[in-house]
Amino acid sequence: MAQTALNPKSSTPAFDWKKWLGVIPFFLFAILFLVLPSLRLIAGSFTNNEGQFTIANILQLFQEQSILDAYWLSIRISAATAIGGGIFGFLLAYSVTVGGLPKPLRSALITFSGVASNFAGVPLAFAFIATLGRTGFVTALIKNLFGVNLYQQTSFDLYSFWGLSLTYMYFQFPLMVLIMAPALDGLKREWREAAENLGASTTQYWMRVAFPVLLPSILGSMILLFGNAFGAYATAYALTGGRLGIITIQIGAQIRGDVLHNPGLGYAMAMGMVVIMAISLMGYSWLQKRSERWLR
Amino acid sequence: MASEKIGKVVEMSILTRIRRIPFWSWFWFILGALYFLLPLYATVNFSLRMERDVIGFKAYVRAFEDPEFIKTFLYSNMLALLTIVASIILIVPTAYWIRLRLPEARRIVEFITLLPFVVPAIILVFGLIRIYSSPVKIPFTDTTLLQPLTTFEVGTDILIVAGYVVLGLPYMYRSVDTGMRTVDVRTLTEAAQSLGASWFTIIVRVILPNIRAALLSGALLTFAIVVGEVTLASFLGVPAFGPYLFLLGQHRAYEPAALSFASFLLTWVAMGLIQLFTGGQGQTTGAH
Repeated sequence: MAQTALNPKSSTPAFDWKKWLGVIPFFLFAILFLVLPSLRLIAGSFTNNEGQFTIANILQLFQEQSILDAYWLSIRISAATAIGGGIFGFLLAYSVTVGGLPKPLRSALITFSGVASNFAGVPLAFAFIATLGRTGFVTALIKNLFGVNLYQQTSFDLYSFWGLSLTYMYFQFPLMVLIMAPALDGLKREWREAAENLGASTTQYWMRVAFPVLLPSILGSMILLFGNAFGAYATAYALTGGRLGIITIQIGAQIRGDVLHNPGLGYAMAMGMVVIMAISLMGYSWLQKRSERWLR
Repeated sequence: MASEKIGKVVEMSILTRIRRIPFWSWFWFILGALYFLLPLYATVNFSLRMERDVIGFKAYVRAFEDPEFIKTFLYSNMLALLTIVASIILIVPTAYWIRLRLPEARRIVEFITLLPFVVPAIILVFGLIRIYSSPVKIPFTDTTLLQPLTTFEVGTDILIVAGYVVLGLPYMYRSVDTGMRTVDVRTLTEAAQSLGASWFTIIVRVILPNIRAALLSGALLTFAIVVGEVTLASFLGVPAFGPYLFLLGQHRAYEPAALSFASFLLTWVAMGLIQLFTGGQGQTTGAH
């Protein structure tokens, strides 16, 4: 706003404040229901119980083992599902775009991915309990086919790291499919022809041409998946009932009742999450810009 | 002799055809299909077995008959409708104005519409509760502007709809903005103005009908976010469908499975309609 007013090169010589009246309702809404709540948490994390400024909460964030564990568990689950979902989603997108599968399968997969990436929260948790819970369908299937009882003979547990990761995968890899399918379409036929004319094998084409072009896009999407899992609350809460202490569950407990016995520390915990989300979104948009050099 | 040769040729063509079948593509595709379908199959299978040794829809009948289900589901639909209307009222004029007169505001508005990706639902509701559970005062005075929103029903409804508008902001804004890119906003506006139309008439009777496909896809995405939403609804304590389903899961087995599958079908319908209206441009939300 100020920049437009001060910039002498601007096409409008005087700052025309009347034009800005048209966007005031939007800014007002954003300030009231998005900016202020965020600022409240930031301000709260720098305030002690007596209402004075302090950085003790931020420092304590790095000393409290239970909080560090929660962050670490969330980061591990988000990274595992981002990498796993990213690779699997990429292979699926590959199979329906350049992988030579019939066209109708492509639209079926894209439609299904649209649905599955939006299918989360309580219904998703219940679906996985019916699948991999103690009496779940697949649990019974494995028992009947291989004679292995997942819950007694292996350390598998749906309400743990791997269980939650498998559940998150249900919305993670479809998201990857949705992002990667257009990117794979962006690979130009000429590149492949040029590579083949120069005597490159299929492997060489993929390793030296296609993959480097796609890499920023793949990494960027994986970061997006990371953020997608990192901010998830409802699915984990419905699945584990709050027993698996990921960071969003801990923050939920702090909102319900001051379990840390220090409101400031609770705010700092929330702010730490926002910082991690912001870093991953910045990483995503940086990689997105790089990938646009070649694709589209 | 000749038949043997023909046999060999046929055999070879089958061989090359087999070689042309992309094995790994099929492998990944089938694996993906299994991942998609197994949980759904398990849920349906389970939901049909409420009565011992009988396959039937009893769990569905029970679930849909529950007055609490009807109440919460209608309430959630009402919230979704209010959210959609509020987002359209907020976003369409803003996006229109930016296109027409204020391109310099584009960057900052786009930045704001991306903020909900950085502030997940659990953080948003944390901040909303902390701000609006105490009275809003004019700074440095004791004059109360607004009673705490969380203490009365309409206040909570306003708060949760505002929260849902924020959660849907990235999707609604992008839909509307893409929709406006395909119509010549400037020419339409000038034509309407030369015919003596007011700003209100231009937006409601000229712009809105021209971007209806985009609006519909934004609205359906918002609907998909709001109807089953749990985080905001449970922390703000509203009688919505998401928290109801969660509580039902605590003490029932078959009805929640039935409702879960029904939710999946509902998401499917919403996404299918979007595909129909936007011509296959898949979109995705983030209300996990």
